[in-house]
Amino acid sequence: MPLFYENRQIVAPGDLLAEGDYLAGHNAYRSDAKIYASRLGLVEYKGRLVQVVALNTFYFPSVGDQVIGKITEVNLHGWSVDINSPYIANLKASEALDRPFKPQRDELSEILDIGDLILAKVITFDRTRDPSLTIREPDLGKITHGQIVRVSPAKIPRIIGRKGSMISMLKKETRCNITVGQNGLIIIASRNREDERIALLAIQKIEQEAHTSGLTDRVTEMVRKERGDV
Amino acid sequence: MSQKIVLVDEEGKRTDGRKLNELRPIKLKVGVLSNADGSAYIEQGKNKILAAVYGPREVHPRHLALPDRAILQCRYHMAPFSVEERKPPQPSRREVELSKVIREALEPAIFLDKFPRTSIDLFIEVLQADGGTRGAGVTVASLALADAGIPMRDLVAACAAGKAGGQMVLDLNDIEDKEGEADVPVAYMLNSNAVALLQMDGLLTIEEFKQAIDLALDGCKQIYVLQKEALKAKYLAIKEEAEEVVEEE
Amino acid sequence: MTSIMVSRIRKKQIAQLITSGKRLDDRGLADWRPVQIETGVIEKAEGSARVRLGRTEVMAGIKIGLGEPFSDRPNDGVLTVNSEFVPIASPEFEAGPPGEESMELARVVDRGVRESKVIDLEKLCIIPGKKVFVVFVDIYVLNHDGNLIDASALATLAALTNTKVFKYEMKDGEVEIKPGFEALPLRNFPIAVTFADISGKLVVDPWLDEEEVMDARLTISFDKDGKVCAVQKGGTGTLSPEQIIEAAKTAKEKAEELRKLVVKS
Repeated sequence: MPLFYENRQIVAPGDLLAEGDYLAGHNAYRSDAKIYASRLGLVEYKGRLVQVVALNTFYFPSVGDQVIGKITEVNLHGWSVDINSPYIANLKASEALDRPFKPQRDELSEILDIGDLILAKVITFDRTRDPSLTIREPDLGKITHGQIVRVSPAKIPRIIGRKGSMISMLKKETRCNITVGQNGLIIIASRNREDERIALLAIQKIEQEAHTSGLTDRVTEMVRKERGDV
Repeated sequence: MSQKIVLVDEEGKRTDGRKLNELRPIKLKVGVLSNADGSAYIEQGKNKILAAVYGPREVHPRHLALPDRAILQCRYHMAPFSVEERKPPQPSRREVELSKVIREALEPAIFLDKFPRTSIDLFIEVLQADGGTRGAGVTVASLALADAGIPMRDLVAACAAGKAGGQMVLDLNDIEDKEGEADVPVAYMLNSNAVALLQMDGLLTIEEFKQAIDLALDGCKQIYVLQKEALKAKYLAIKEEAEEVVEEE
Repeated sequence: MTSIMVSRIRKKQIAQLITSGKRLDDRGLADWRPVQIETGVIEKAEGSARVRLGRTEVMAGIKIGLGEPFSDRPNDGVLTVNSEFVPIASPEFEAGPPGEESMELARVVDRGVRESKVIDLEKLCIIPGKKVFVVFVDIYVLNHDGNLIDASALATLAALTNTKVFKYEMKDGEVEIKPGFEALPLRNFPIAVTFADISGKLVVDPWLDEEEVMDARLTISFDKDGKVCAVQKGGTGTLSPEQIIEAAKTAKEKAEELRKLVVKS
């Protein structure tokens, strides 16, 4: 049963990845007995599973995802939130307040106004309706300081790293608070502007070279150089 | 028409020195615009065409949204300075027709049902035109869509074949299109042996029509290889450079 | 009930029938609907025809005017084809400028007439580079029950067969219109044949319901000598190269069937 590429080779949409008794995973699809890539990325053969780690995607919401969003509208019972996805999300007042929402007394724009950034979680999303968010969990809510960075959502797993290895290295080496949204938005916060700059450089490097090997070491080295630790 | 232009000489050479079954030189570049979600640029002979994709995103106007899939909106447009005689900026009937046939050529390649209630907005800007712009437009648009991370069944490659100077030729340039006997633009999805765009104007016997299609498909297959290379090029270059560094140490 | 729901149930019904070689209106897969052609229906137009293809009804009117030639064709008269999907023809048609379907139809019909050189445009030249006859073809869709392209192409051709051009005389470099008319001489008789791809089978002359469930649409126009003069694939499906050539062979015969009706009338 033939495989047509080596693991981690770059493949393009329409490339024939495997033929035979295989299953199509992410960014791949099956037609008759053939598995093709549907996105540009690195092919991964894992036993019977054939999939592609995409080099660029847009954010497609998934229930449970942590996302960073920007308030775009204040509505009657909540807010519209831009979560960098094809779908506009909504945040109901009941998912933002810890007490019941009283329309006559609560002015929504005083709680969250247009342009505010929030760290939220996706609680519902399906084919028939737009995603719904909540900020009622402990670490969620309005983001008050830090720099916002935007990367392709496809790179987020690489920025987090296997078992969080990359993100913990970054936090440690740059001494920054780094909050990662599954939707490709990242907040870098530190008391030191220079630290924030270095963290930004590191994230940009990861985004550029996400598809290469030995990346964690190269990024660590770059950060240390920038900080003058070498 | 008193002037007779020689489209193919006795040695089988065309007005631009090409052989009958030769494509014009093609240059492809992916990811050329920073704001668009996906973009690509093509030069094919004197054709210079940019394609940009925004989306999937909210549908405007909203009533066009479909509950079970995304829609593809396509605008093929020629810059006023792209042709010999200045073309007024308003969409001509030809541009409206080409926007439609190009859209219909790309839709079958996209997994539209994965993103209901959204729109994929594709813009094709012809900066300089020299015949065969709809084919080049489809070719470069496929790359822009792939660059945007839109899941596709296959890339769509396109080019035209036809008859000029009494001979069957591949990839007609402007003068061959205007003065020749027939022009057959074709867009093709290799994996499924599927023709996604097909037009013809001129006069051909059924046999010649078949020859033109075969010739065009041949051109499409060559273009398909170039498309794949162009998509992978950017990342391959970074990979080589980055992994070279590791080896050096 | 949304139209999409209706289509899914209908699609199954129509597709199933077609797989067994039948259509909902009892036609064979390659049969035309009943055709009716009337010419000279609008006296004020220089040429006109009304075509009924099943319940689809299209009128074509020809007006002859005087104008300037195109700068790159100074010795040729001008032929221009326009089409209007008027709101009376269908609940889906809105008033306003032509949409993309209407523009596409006009251009496909134009291609068939122009490429097969139905009219000798050089004969319509009066003063090279300055004054020529302009042949305005206006297609007016009156009722949409599918396959507007073939009905429109047929109406256009039928209208051209009874088109008269006014006589003229040159006086001091100016065109002076004389009494009397001359029939517009026609050199060819192109016919468009449209197929709908439904469940992998190509059916000729799709009616409205078949059009709503078809995957791809293929129009092939043939001239009187059996040469292909225009082709247009429409719709968002795809066709194999083999299907296309098969269709061309069928279209050639079907074109001949319709041509006999026009040339006779």
